[in-house]
Amino acid sequence: MSASIIVLIVLALAAVGFFVGRARALATAGGEIRRLHSLPGYYGYNVLIWTVVPALLVLILWLVAQPMLIENRVKSMIPEDAYADSGALSLIMSDVRRVADGLDMAVAQGVIGAGEAESIGPDDIRDRLAGVGVALGSDVSESTLAAAQRYRAMNATGTMIRSVVILLIAAAGFGMAYMRTGADFRARNSVEKVSLGLLIGAASIAILTTVGIVLSLVFNTIEFFKLYPASEFFFGLTWSPSFGGGSELGILPLFWGTFYISLIALAVAVPIGLFAAVYLSEYASPKVRAVAKPLLEVLAGIPTIVYGLFALLTVGPLLVDIFGRDGAIGVNWMSGGTAVMTAGLVMGIMLIPFVSSLSDDIINAVPQAMRDGSLGLGATRSETIKQVVLPAALPGIVGAILLAASRAIGETMIVVLGAGAAAKLSMNPFDAMTTVTAKIVSQLTGDADFASPEALVAFALGMTLFVITLGLNIFALWIVRKYREQYE
Amino acid sequence: MTDAATPMPGATPGKRSSGSLLELDARTRKRNAAEARFKIYGIIAIGIGLLFLVALLFAIVRNGTPAFTQTFISIPVELDEAKLDKTGNRDREEMAKVTTFGYAPLVDTALAKALADKGIENPFEKEKDLRKLVSDSAASQIRDVVLADPALVGQTVEFRLLAASRVDGYMKDRVTRESLARDKNLDAAHLDLVDAMADKGLLAKSFNWDFVFGADASEKRPEQAGIGVAMMGSFFMMLVVLFLALPIGVAASIYLEEFAPKSRWTDLIEVNISNLAAVPSIVFGILGLAVFIQFAELPQSAPIVGGLVLTLMTLPTIIISTRASLKAVPPSIRDAALGVGASKMQSVFHHVLPLAMPGILTGTIIGLAQALGETAPLLLIGMVGFIASNYPDGFTDGFLSPNSAMPAQIYEWAKRADPAYYERAWGGIIILLLFLMTMNIIAIILRRKFERRW
Repeated sequence: MSASIIVLIVLALAAVGFFVGRARALATAGGEIRRLHSLPGYYGYNVLIWTVVPALLVLILWLVAQPMLIENRVKSMIPEDAYADSGALSLIMSDVRRVADGLDMAVAQGVIGAGEAESIGPDDIRDRLAGVGVALGSDVSESTLAAAQRYRAMNATGTMIRSVVILLIAAAGFGMAYMRTGADFRARNSVEKVSLGLLIGAASIAILTTVGIVLSLVFNTIEFFKLYPASEFFFGLTWSPSFGGGSELGILPLFWGTFYISLIALAVAVPIGLFAAVYLSEYASPKVRAVAKPLLEVLAGIPTIVYGLFALLTVGPLLVDIFGRDGAIGVNWMSGGTAVMTAGLVMGIMLIPFVSSLSDDIINAVPQAMRDGSLGLGATRSETIKQVVLPAALPGIVGAILLAASRAIGETMIVVLGAGAAAKLSMNPFDAMTTVTAKIVSQLTGDADFASPEALVAFALGMTLFVITLGLNIFALWIVRKYREQYE
Repeated sequence: MTDAATPMPGATPGKRSSGSLLELDARTRKRNAAEARFKIYGIIAIGIGLLFLVALLFAIVRNGTPAFTQTFISIPVELDEAKLDKTGNRDREEMAKVTTFGYAPLVDTALAKALADKGIENPFEKEKDLRKLVSDSAASQIRDVVLADPALVGQTVEFRLLAASRVDGYMKDRVTRESLARDKNLDAAHLDLVDAMADKGLLAKSFNWDFVFGADASEKRPEQAGIGVAMMGSFFMMLVVLFLALPIGVAASIYLEEFAPKSRWTDLIEVNISNLAAVPSIVFGILGLAVFIQFAELPQSAPIVGGLVLTLMTLPTIIISTRASLKAVPPSIRDAALGVGASKMQSVFHHVLPLAMPGILTGTIIGLAQALGETAPLLLIGMVGFIASNYPDGFTDGFLSPNSAMPAQIYEWAKRADPAYYERAWGGIIILLLFLMTMNIIAIILRRKFERRW
């Protein structure tokens, strides 16, 4: 029985349970709702929950555990001299799975009888499976075939036991909750306890996500450092991956590109964003503010792929027209449209609303009394802003800039499309350079095999990126929070 | 203060020492100038910001709108029985043996004939040269029609064939005669012919529904590519996000806002959520690759994986906005519910949650809009690099079979070398932005209509 049919049966049972439980509660109270401890619906929900929740939890665990257990048992069947290392073993295992799936398919289509699938020899299996459209790459060895047949058998028994166990659990939950249903049973308390558990579970998913991120990064990073020395990764000056082997994977050129692009982005976004925020919060009339602020924030709502395309197809060629060969100002600084300048400029545009709305909030949080005091002493508005408001808001603004910097470092699409692919250590902002995020994409897209250092390096890059942005964020949030408390 | 108009006794006019408030001294003038300058800086900053916005939108609209029209060549094609169905018994299976190569000559003859009928001189000797005007897809288009209705063989049927992408580019001024000089595919004689054909009405631009609803095409046929299948991929991903992120996000917010005791665990969850909101999206892609594809062995490129990754990414956004709208419900509502005997759970689910619902929906729509435009994580779980050519058949297939998504499709087009694909990428952006705009407008309307001030 497949998992989805089991789920359907359990759900149907639960639906029945709702009405049966409700009816029984009413019956024990003699049809008088007032004699019940809880509203009748709660008795129904109680039966429903006890039928569904334990059964589905066990089902989920089973779905995760069964393949792992079977895999382990089958792995031990493969003779040790058949493979050289764990990579070869996993190849054999995927062969085993393919043969087993093929046999399943053949039996389902009636090409092979169920008994024949158990006894088929390694010689004719390839042709028979090719007949049902399963292509087997190499010849199937005796042990692989035996393992596959064993795999099938174990899977079949496992699935059968699973169906029985799950349905039994559902029935037991149903029966238990039904038996307990009575006028004095505190159904509401029971239901609410379970709901609270579910709420807590939902809240913990945030934690699970973080744990998932950290684990997936850490394990693969460790795997990478087994294949490639960490010191060369962190201090290497060349980045030249080649999937054939002998690649140099130094992170410094990528760091430099990331840093340079972020610097240009911040050089564009911070002055514009800050002046816009000051004007909007200190000078603008409510009408201007009501129009200009949402318009600026539209820039933040535009997807990054749009900025990427804008960089690649509009800003890049425009910059080449100005700074390239035969350009408007007659210098030959820029040879291609993709460059640090292109990506930095466009990323700066993207960050303007980010800086401006964060700074706007922070400037607005400066108490009016401080402004009034300064204006009362005869300072002009700009003097008040420069000498009172901005210094008071400075920690918060620094926090906002750090948050913007972390955004710039983690930004992907703009650099993938606008910055180029060459990892270079150069000072010329019109050169093409590349960043950590762009290289994560290029190392992991396509059919990379996850065992090579060239693919695994992406996880080490991701780890570095994660640690840096996390550090920046925590620091920035800490500054902002501390600053807010100061005036509250 | 003295009346400013009356000069002070014993003062000489014109100098600072005069103390006249009417005349500004040099220092005040300087300070006022600085004030005015500062204000102008602010205006300039906002002006630059808005200028960028206008430039961006202008670039999108100008480069993207041509993608919505396409050049078509309308000609009668004689479906020659000798070529398509040699046995003459109109057996579909037998006719299917004739590949698109067998149909290509039909197009050549039809074109030559149409030119002759309209009195246009054909400058080419070889018929193959003429074929360059028409898209490669023309032969398969005719084949599909014939196989669907074998009775048509032997008749002459009017077809509306796609023009080749360079012809289309010429009609849209993307391809100029100068740029053709380096192009082996088409030369000036072709363009003269195109002009003549356009004059006689054989060739015309019209709105291209296939761009909106069609499938992606191979690298050499940009004229055929559409974003429809990728739109379906995005749709299925958004379904996953909606049905996972909304309930989980709301449940988590209710717990954190209404039930959670002040404890280390709660603090940890809160810090976690605010940090997750700032984790770069590409890291979520790595998570999806390692957990959903490497570990759980879900199919690569499937919308369900994309949906799961985007769910995790949008959860913090939804939780933050849901908590804000739960917080906005005044405590008196809860107190009143508790006062008449409701349990804490009942007060939340019967009273607080319904009142907070408009705010929650607004936050969810904005979160969905964010997820819809996100590209980076999709690159890592393999939603690029292939041709999303088939509509999913059925619901499960929609979740599980490889597909692209709108932003991933745009990225894919931007990477292809042919400038005709750039036009499609811009056009795709217009469609994507239309979706985002609609979602945001719905969110704004919801907020305006249901927002309650307590």
